[in-house]
Amino acid sequence: MEQLSGGEALIRALHDEGVELLFGYPGGAVLHIYDALFQQDKVEHILVRHEQAATHAADGYARATGKPGVVLVTSGPGATNAITGIATAYMDSIPMVVISGQVESRMIGSDAFQETDMVGVSRPIVKHSFMVQSAADIPAVVKKAFHIASTGRPGPVVIDVPKDATDPKLKIDYEYPQDIKLRSYQVPSKGHSGQIKKAVEVLLGAKRPMIYTGGGVIQGEGCEELTQLTRTLGYPITNTLMGLGAYPSTDKQFLGMLGMHGTYEANMAMHHCDVLLAVGARFDDRVTNSDTSQFCPDATILHVDIDPAAISKTVTADVPIVGPVQSVLREMLDQLDKSDQSVDDQALNAWWKQIDQWREKKCLAVAPAEGGIIKPQQAIQALYELTEGDAFISSDVGQHQMFAAQHYGFDKPRRWINSGGLGTMGFGFPAAMGVQLAFPDALSVCVTGEGSFMMNQQEFATCMQYGLPIKIVCLNNEALGMVKQWQDMQYGGRHSHSTYSESLPDFIKLAEAYGHVGVRIERADELHSKMKEALAMKDKLVFIDVLVDPTEHVYPMAIKGGAMKDMVLSKTERT
Amino acid sequence: MRHIISVLLENEPGALSRVVGLFSQRNYNIDSLTVAPTEDQSLSRLTVTTSGDGARIEQITKHLNKLVDVVKLVDLTEGAHIERELMLIKAKASGAQRAEIARTVDIFRGQIVDLTATVLTIQITGAGDKLDAFIAALGESVVLEVARTGVSGIARGDKTLAL
Repeated sequence: MEQLSGGEALIRALHDEGVELLFGYPGGAVLHIYDALFQQDKVEHILVRHEQAATHAADGYARATGKPGVVLVTSGPGATNAITGIATAYMDSIPMVVISGQVESRMIGSDAFQETDMVGVSRPIVKHSFMVQSAADIPAVVKKAFHIASTGRPGPVVIDVPKDATDPKLKIDYEYPQDIKLRSYQVPSKGHSGQIKKAVEVLLGAKRPMIYTGGGVIQGEGCEELTQLTRTLGYPITNTLMGLGAYPSTDKQFLGMLGMHGTYEANMAMHHCDVLLAVGARFDDRVTNSDTSQFCPDATILHVDIDPAAISKTVTADVPIVGPVQSVLREMLDQLDKSDQSVDDQALNAWWKQIDQWREKKCLAVAPAEGGIIKPQQAIQALYELTEGDAFISSDVGQHQMFAAQHYGFDKPRRWINSGGLGTMGFGFPAAMGVQLAFPDALSVCVTGEGSFMMNQQEFATCMQYGLPIKIVCLNNEALGMVKQWQDMQYGGRHSHSTYSESLPDFIKLAEAYGHVGVRIERADELHSKMKEALAMKDKLVFIDVLVDPTEHVYPMAIKGGAMKDMVLSKTERT
Repeated sequence: MRHIISVLLENEPGALSRVVGLFSQRNYNIDSLTVAPTEDQSLSRLTVTTSGDGARIEQITKHLNKLVDVVKLVDLTEGAHIERELMLIKAKASGAQRAEIARTVDIFRGQIVDLTATVLTIQITGAGDKLDAFIAALGESVVLEVARTGVSGIARGDKTLAL
């Protein structure tokens, strides 16, 4: 049997697990591991400039590919810097394995240099974690970590590795386990057939049906089945912020995103439906609005999710189905085929007529501003047209995120990469790096705002080192736009610490300082041409600084404490 | 409503902190907690008493089940069960008081396990309300110190919580 040190075994185990790429930052506790990395060429390491970026980049890689993202950081500050990215992945159920260095076993608990109880600090934001006890544990721990991270409801797993377990002088017999059994971890392989049958009956009996799906459909690879089911039934469908791309947005049955900044028609259809099929979604407060007692008052709720704890957590399900989305949807299609019941066409026609009336409102229409001022929505529309809706869009958090979600039509899954649950500013740029590394020839765009961008702008250096030709579209409104919007709407326009226009850097010069290209777009009439030129620079990272209307708000917006039908539609109109 | 949940847990470092952390993280309350290894050294049995309505208890058991270290669990209060808690209590006792306390101990089927000229140490087992009643019977002025183990429990009849 092959003799490897713990450090070598760790890297070899990653390779045996199929890992091609990991993101990391070296430091004292992981030097043995980095030395093992140096002496092989099977696993590529991307050196970021901050550990938070390593986790977001791995996260972006995972969202775009479906494979677990892998991170390697040192103990203490390396580990704690990774926390925000782990929490981001946890909230959005993203498969990720984070390997953190730890001080030597004999030093643990002594407040040693760069010691942090990483297993303890990360505990509430991981699916599971491991503390390696000795080098011999490493192959099995790696196998278990990847298994747990990527199956069931995916999530981040931390492996904390004391330095002595990677000592190059101590060799172990290396063998990577073929499979692993965990008596306390089982993933359902299919849904309950009786429940599925019941759900199909309820669905077919609907007069005003609605399908509402979330990130689980994408994570669970159920998009094809979902599309087929939706088309077979002819029912309206909406996606959550996390679920965009699971159903083609350009299809006529798609009502747009729902929720806090969802479309008028999606939210109205939700409120008035009599049967709601929820798939891989978790009835988050940004969907249901704050008062769940007013949520879908007339609906019988069918809820499909792989996580039993997601069912009846905030909204009680009438027909709960625990199981993998793909297999449950397939079985629904089968049962639909066999059923002698059929869709109530008359009721469905009347329902669509009602929905079309709501659509007439054209809630996302934007009037061009006067004086050549660029509306942020126009910038997203231009990006959509120029990229033919086929780019990977990684987004940060704030107004630009909502504008992108509303105005960039996603027809394919895994193209919309954003921090939905945790809402992490600084996520977008490193996530776009992960996407670009996963798909070197694809167009990886980061839609951001100047506030979010400044949270991880150091990654300009990483992009230069690895030649990542990301296109950054910055909707620059010289303020923390979403904070400012809430201050406008709820705090009498008192912009407490949400503006900083006098101290913003010159982003063009900043990009140039790192060897990249900067393009500034200031007027609406040059938006298309300049953005086109910028996107055409295939081999360069281009920072596109789009100066947009700083007074613009995101609408529709849910009215706090109301039902889904209660929305602010513009600065002057409410439902 | 009060519930007694018994959990078989991997006997691994950090497993207990995941359970306790889950309760504080999700704002569930713990009224009492006991934990010790079982006859199978790879497993610990943990018993937690908590309270909440049906929906809350359902969420608690679902989230406990999601923890990778949790092998199996049962909500004992869903069926007939036996619930026991052990209490050690020091009581101030001199002169005529001693006989009075000894009688009370007998009534509650407790045992005096240690004594000095002025203090009796009493052991008593039972359900929580029995222990509460014993403390009340002794009276506040007599009780010097109380050490309770927290609730442990097991289902009645043939039902078992085992692998």
